[in-house]
Amino acid sequence: MSATEGTVADERILQTSPLRKLLGRPELGSVVGAIAVFVFFAFAADSFLRASSISTVLYASSTIGIMAVPVALLMIGGEFDLSAGVMVTSSALVSSMFSYQMTANVWVGVGVSLLVTLAVGAFNGFMLTRTKLPSFIITLGTFLMLTGMNLGFTKLIDGTVSTKTIADMEGFPSARDVFASTLTIGGVGFKITILWWLALVAVASWILLRTRAGNWIFAVGGNQDAARAVGVPVTKTKIGLYMGVAFGAWIAGQHLLFSYDVVQSGEGVGNELIYIIAAVIGGCLITGGYGSAVGSAVGAFIFGMTSKGIVFAEWNPDWFKFFLGAMLLLATLLNAWVRKRAEATK
Amino acid sequence: MTQTESRTALVELSDVSKHYGNVRALEGVSLEVHAGEITCVLGDNGAGKSTLIKIIAGLHQHDGGTLALEGEDTRLSSPREALDRGIATVYQDLAVVPLMPVWRNFFLGSEPRKGAGPFKRMDVDLMRRTTHAELLRMGIDLRDVDQPIGTLSGGERQCVAIARAVYFGAKVLVLDEPTAALGVKQSGVVLKYVAAARDQGLGVVLITHNPHHAYLVGDRFVLLKRGTMVGNHERDEITLDELTRQMAGGNELDDLRHELQRTQGSGAV
Repeated sequence: MSATEGTVADERILQTSPLRKLLGRPELGSVVGAIAVFVFFAFAADSFLRASSISTVLYASSTIGIMAVPVALLMIGGEFDLSAGVMVTSSALVSSMFSYQMTANVWVGVGVSLLVTLAVGAFNGFMLTRTKLPSFIITLGTFLMLTGMNLGFTKLIDGTVSTKTIADMEGFPSARDVFASTLTIGGVGFKITILWWLALVAVASWILLRTRAGNWIFAVGGNQDAARAVGVPVTKTKIGLYMGVAFGAWIAGQHLLFSYDVVQSGEGVGNELIYIIAAVIGGCLITGGYGSAVGSAVGAFIFGMTSKGIVFAEWNPDWFKFFLGAMLLLATLLNAWVRKRAEATK
Repeated sequence: MTQTESRTALVELSDVSKHYGNVRALEGVSLEVHAGEITCVLGDNGAGKSTLIKIIAGLHQHDGGTLALEGEDTRLSSPREALDRGIATVYQDLAVVPLMPVWRNFFLGSEPRKGAGPFKRMDVDLMRRTTHAELLRMGIDLRDVDQPIGTLSGGERQCVAIARAVYFGAKVLVLDEPTAALGVKQSGVVLKYVAAARDQGLGVVLITHNPHHAYLVGDRFVLLKRGTMVGNHERDEITLDELTRQMAGGNELDDLRHELQRTQGSGAV
């Protein structure tokens, strides 16, 4: 009886049930999707649940996830970056070629590459805020220019489409440790990119949820004019977001370089869409103002599970793209539905 | 009354004009805003109300005339500067981000922080508590300050925007058509908060095209028409009927009435 009384007294609080709060989380749809995909492949492929398989899946997820995190932040801020895919290759090329041509310690190349890549990101942001053209156009331009420069400069300097090996150069072992080593835990090797990925998710979540910059990111994506009117530095925020993508591209690029020791200059084309898809599956609204870093990680994980799961299930990998498309549609529909439910007026 | 005369106005525009290319958006407009008073700016669509707001809010700069803040001749270069000088503007679209929670919106652009160095962060607890308390003071009891502000009603959103301006120590509150999209009851609620802000000593600029709402709370009335000022009255100089007549176009209204009556007459015959 007393329980009933309590219910009556707390009637107003009950209306914002924990379920409703959960439904309001941007990454909910992707988590449901990830569980579904996991269960599906656990049954479809016998080897899927082995620790080594999980490690492979996590590695595949991390290489996408490292970029999906800053791309998600950028999308929450209301913009796209189509140059993100080739920027990874550019970053690796700059690092490799600078070290080789200058016969410098590879760490010098790594540092130069960071500066160059950040400059490309700043260029994207600057052009966007200056010209007020859609980011689709601006970054499509950068995408094409970088694609051309990657091939052009590599051929000009090295004479072929790939760079010279830097494996015997000074600093290579330590740089490989940082960007491309394998950590053995319980007899299973895990790639260090997984750590980079998790760290980026943690930092991005902290920025989004707990800092002033995070508030600004949501605001410039949700209603740019309103943000400007209340004094949010819109230009700085957007340029910062593009430089964030560049930073991700730098990490991914160095991994690309140091996990082999040569770089193919034509790589990376098309990956920009994969990053965007991961962010969207993870609950980022394509029009900006809504999403999460954790969601992008779950999106990347779904990617990793699907791409490797199909291999473990010994199916034709051609089906990967089909699965991806279906997943994107389902995730977007689910997200839209969840958001509608969560935001339904009282 | 003499005391009021000698007081310096919080905001004083004299003979202000603004051109956009060869379009004259505003010409020869003067206006005073005093602490604890409401100055109403009335005008039809295209009268120059928005341009006037943008000049006071620092979004645009005036081309001619003077803008004085507390007696000091000024040119506001950005909305940020206007805010820093104590002028808060609540736009028609309310300058809120619909998808963001109420508490994030409340503090947007002026987030309180704690901690140091890389761990400097927003004081989320303080932000949540303050938002709830400030809205409660305005009579809005939000169950959950985490709900997206887009889920609040128009009147509630307007009140959040006003509460925000008051909390951040605005001296002058500029309200752009706060009752335009609202029903009768909600308009009443919003006007109550406008009056509450005035009673707290703020100078209020209320932009509206509803003379009834203006006359309910206004101390001064500035009438705009096609970019020029056609009237500037204190409350005791004008009646609601006269205000309505001038607002509705004065002689034009008489002509219109005449015209409509004739049409009705001919229809009946």
